[in-house]
Amino acid sequence: MLKHHVQTTINGDPVEFLCETDETMLDVLRNQLNLTGTKEGCGTGDCGACSVTVDGRLVCSCLMLGVEAGGKKIGTIEGIASGDKLHPLQQKFLEHAALQCGVCTPGFLVAAKALLEKNPNPTETEVRYWLAGNLCRCTGYDKIIRAVMDAAQEMRSA
Amino acid sequence: MRYEAPETIEGACRLLAAEAGHARVLAGGTDLLVQIKTDVLDPDLIVDIKKIPELRSITSDGHGFRIGAAVTGAELKEHSALRAAWPGLVEGANLIGSTQVQGRATLGGNLCNGSPAADSVPALIAAGAKAQIVGPNGRRELPVEDVMVGVRKLALTKGEIIASFTVPARPNGGGDAYLRFIPRTEMDIAVVGCGVSLVVDQSGTCTAARLALGAVAERPLLVAEAGKALVGTKLDAKALEAAAAAASAACRPIDDKRGTKAFRIKVAGVLARRTIEMALARAQGKTGNSH
Repeated sequence: MLKHHVQTTINGDPVEFLCETDETMLDVLRNQLNLTGTKEGCGTGDCGACSVTVDGRLVCSCLMLGVEAGGKKIGTIEGIASGDKLHPLQQKFLEHAALQCGVCTPGFLVAAKALLEKNPNPTETEVRYWLAGNLCRCTGYDKIIRAVMDAAQEMRSA
Repeated sequence: MRYEAPETIEGACRLLAAEAGHARVLAGGTDLLVQIKTDVLDPDLIVDIKKIPELRSITSDGHGFRIGAAVTGAELKEHSALRAAWPGLVEGANLIGSTQVQGRATLGGNLCNGSPAADSVPALIAAGAKAQIVGPNGRRELPVEDVMVGVRKLALTKGEIIASFTVPARPNGGGDAYLRFIPRTEMDIAVVGCGVSLVVDQSGTCTAARLALGAVAERPLLVAEAGKALVGTKLDAKALEAAAAAASAACRPIDDKRGTKAFRIKVAGVLARRTIEMALARAQGKTGNSH
């Protein structure tokens, strides 16, 4: 079986890669493109650690085939900061100590950014429901929610 | 494992019909890719249907809506006209999984995965939705309640796919709702699910009602007796009690880790009453929200 030749855009850059049918987008990002910021947690769409955006839509990259990326615009954690300048969400996660081991953090940041682009002024309930598919075993979530609410406020007043 | 992404329905049907081995349709992949990863399925051919425009759009005319089978939960939620007409249908679909899953999971996939607990299906059945099926022998239509025939078993023949669902326009005085029982608030699979669509006239008399249940049998059920118990009544306590009793009587559930038979039968009645009340509030122009 020939590999698929896929042309896509990742964090604004044109990218091409070869993949087998059964390679997920997560496999491609981590194993071929060396974009290891996106984490594998469960591999079955339950934990959100592998969250990326596809044409602006938040998805689990473990539940998407690499071959499906053709012609799409993929956004990963590596595209969130501008050079050395952290995104407000990243800064607020540090300030609020909204992480411990850090494995879930890229997924939370990608998911929270997608929320704030759609809804810059979410209620706490909206943040909690939006992030219900991102699991964290360290923080107990409250610090994450506070960081997202604080970042939202700062981004609105920026 | 081969991958094809045809741009026409006919092309997809031809690929599926011609495959000698095991072929599967890929829509959102939120069930399929998990089943492949966990070795439940090992297809020879995957046919991605997301490049077929007819399957990816929602259209409406005076007679109702046509919802492409590969439209995602997130897209349903963003369609304000569909949400206004059939809030229960959209809310049911939006209970499936997380925000991430909503970005991919589709109505057609939720039905064709063949789970009795599929959250979008009872509300589709209650709404009177029809599955528009395309296959090697042309097109046909099936009521949604007739598509699943058992756990992981569909009334589709080789080469057939569901292209879209047609849902009628919301009748005057109509309202719908979907509620499920889960032991937490989000990210779970229904222990029981209930969809209701009903119509009341200006005197407050119920003129039409359909009630469907999920997770209480080998497939989602249309409970005709529950609808009959409501039509012609003022939807008073006695009528709701009769419909709830009919809902419980229709259950033939299993015991599993999510709930016992006895619990599911009881909860089906409770949910039936609550879902009827929410659909009625909507029919009367009051808002009802499932969260």
